[in-house]
Amino acid sequence: MDLSSLNIVVLLASLMVAATPILMAAIGELVVEKAGVLNLGVEGMMITGAVSGFAIAVSTGNPLIGMVAAVIAGAALALIFAILTQGLMANQVASGLSLTLFGLGLSALVGQGFVGVVPPRTPKLDFGPLSDIPVLGQIFFRHDMLVYVSLLMVLAVWYFLTRTRAGRILRAVGENHHSAHALGYRVKRVRVLAILFGGGCAGLGGAYLSLVRVPQWTEGMTAGAGWIALAIVVFASWRPGRALLGAYLFGGIMVLQLNLQAAGFSIPVEYLSMSPYLVTILVLVIMSSNRARITLAAPGSLGQSFHAAG
Amino acid sequence: MKRRQLLASSAAALGLAATAGTRAALAQSPMKVGFIYVGAVGDFGWNYAHDQARAAAQEHFGSAIETTFVESVPEGPDAERVMTQMALSGAQMIFATSFGYGPALNATAARFPDVAFEHATGYIQEHPNVSLYNARFHEGRAVIGTIAGRMTQTNKIGYIAAFPIAEVLMGINAAYLHAKKVNPDAEMRVVWAFTWGDPALEAAAAEALIDQGCDIIMQHTDSTAPLLVAQDRGALAFGQASDMSSFAPEAHLTAIIDNWAPYYIQRIQAKLDGTWTAGNVWPGLAEGEVLIAPYNDRVPAEVQAEADAMIAAISSGEYNPFTGPLNKQDGSVWLEEGQVADDGMLWGMDFYLEGIEGDIPS
Repeated sequence: MDLSSLNIVVLLASLMVAATPILMAAIGELVVEKAGVLNLGVEGMMITGAVSGFAIAVSTGNPLIGMVAAVIAGAALALIFAILTQGLMANQVASGLSLTLFGLGLSALVGQGFVGVVPPRTPKLDFGPLSDIPVLGQIFFRHDMLVYVSLLMVLAVWYFLTRTRAGRILRAVGENHHSAHALGYRVKRVRVLAILFGGGCAGLGGAYLSLVRVPQWTEGMTAGAGWIALAIVVFASWRPGRALLGAYLFGGIMVLQLNLQAAGFSIPVEYLSMSPYLVTILVLVIMSSNRARITLAAPGSLGQSFHAAG
Repeated sequence: MKRRQLLASSAAALGLAATAGTRAALAQSPMKVGFIYVGAVGDFGWNYAHDQARAAAQEHFGSAIETTFVESVPEGPDAERVMTQMALSGAQMIFATSFGYGPALNATAARFPDVAFEHATGYIQEHPNVSLYNARFHEGRAVIGTIAGRMTQTNKIGYIAAFPIAEVLMGINAAYLHAKKVNPDAEMRVVWAFTWGDPALEAAAAEALIDQGCDIIMQHTDSTAPLLVAQDRGALAFGQASDMSSFAPEAHLTAIIDNWAPYYIQRIQAKLDGTWTAGNVWPGLAEGEVLIAPYNDRVPAEVQAEADAMIAAISSGEYNPFTGPLNKQDGSVWLEEGQVADDGMLWGMDFYLEGIEGDIPS
């Protein structure tokens, strides 16, 4: 019943695992929003990735092929969103929401034959002696591959957005699509590519849930993770490093409250369980207000349709 | 005019058939029976168990009945819409299998007095065509609590609970009480998940419990995720609502199986015979509505025998899992020496028994 029963090393190691799916989805959505597009369909793309990755991994017996399939499936669903919002100029909020509903339904349909199936296991990376280093080894060198992939993704996105020409073009498109257009950048092409990237990331995050974290297919198994990822992007004020922090914070709250309960502490569980969702609602409300968006340094053209005029 | 005559004559024929005996009419067209589930039938837990029973009833009656189901129906107005639709499309009997369907079910029942409504785990019974049924899952918990008490090495048993309602508390208390009976050093650590099914959260909860030294995990949530975690981490666990041994052959010691089929068959038979009347039943191990799955070979023979003896004692009525003297967590007396908890006391359970640490969230 004392705090010493909480092993901080174990906590850190398990929060990294718990946060990985939302981190992946968040980093993808961050790029999408940096390009000026608000895709609320993260939950739908995640669960589509979860079911496709699971189905392909089971049919081929190879979890890696499953994960590639999850990326493709997430991107394919995102392509629908891209066609609707970039091609047909549909409202992004409505299209994103319908993408989530569509993804949930589609995944339930696809997943019917895969309920109760045990997927091939994803091997953990073997770091040899590194994993035996006290403390550090346990926190950093005993995870499955995707935990490291998610960290690499954060680094790569940070580098891309701040250090590469293509990344700056993407940000220009997001900040002011008319200016970017006037400079000769192809606003729609950049946005479609960003949307596809976001879909792929969300799909991979979903597959992490169904192939590594749980590993099992259950209808609706993402259980709101996509919405939390959306909130994290805003929480991070569109910065990759902060997205990592945000995801680990959310993952940390969950792991910590469960550990506190398991250790026999009396904590207000109901509030802690609610907290990620309360923050999500709050963030989504803030996003809908223009003034708040400016103060939070949101991309200037976020959520606006681009129509090339002249 | 011709068409109207035809309609009139066929109506008369139907009337004749009806007076000739409902049996004959039924033989021509199967009686429609509808089921609504709160989650997916593929959860391998609660909803799966109900759907297995539906399938068993369909097989039992063959062409005499036609069953349909709608899954993932949220509790609330949607449920009323689905039940109304079922009744309008000719269902003569509707099984609604979640606690929160109560208000919607009673509202629908008022509008369709000829349709028999059966509500699992419900408590609202406002109309003569509303029947309630439940199962004494805590009897099964007493059995697995015994096994857990005997098999824990660390003397810490983890319990993943969904919501702080009487039914869940009955399970926790029954499991703890019987683990403690065979192993006075046994402790129970309860984690409240505040969901009936979120595989990622349930997996994290199981991990947290194992990290805290628990080597046996029990769950009152619906997914198989905790079992898979237990298997990975070398801990032991129990299946929930159905035999989940195929998911974790090593960790799965046994499971509490919800077996609704006998009740469904009996009630549908009554409706077919025209003898259906509303009831309110709460069967358990004795009636076979709660079953214990085959034991894992890892359960020692003497523990299996002890568990079997408990099943027999509860089934014969010679032993009640909640028999005094029992104190509440705060030390106050709940049951006097030899006193047995009646159903009302069980449904009023909003406390831990003495010895369980921690607070129940409100």
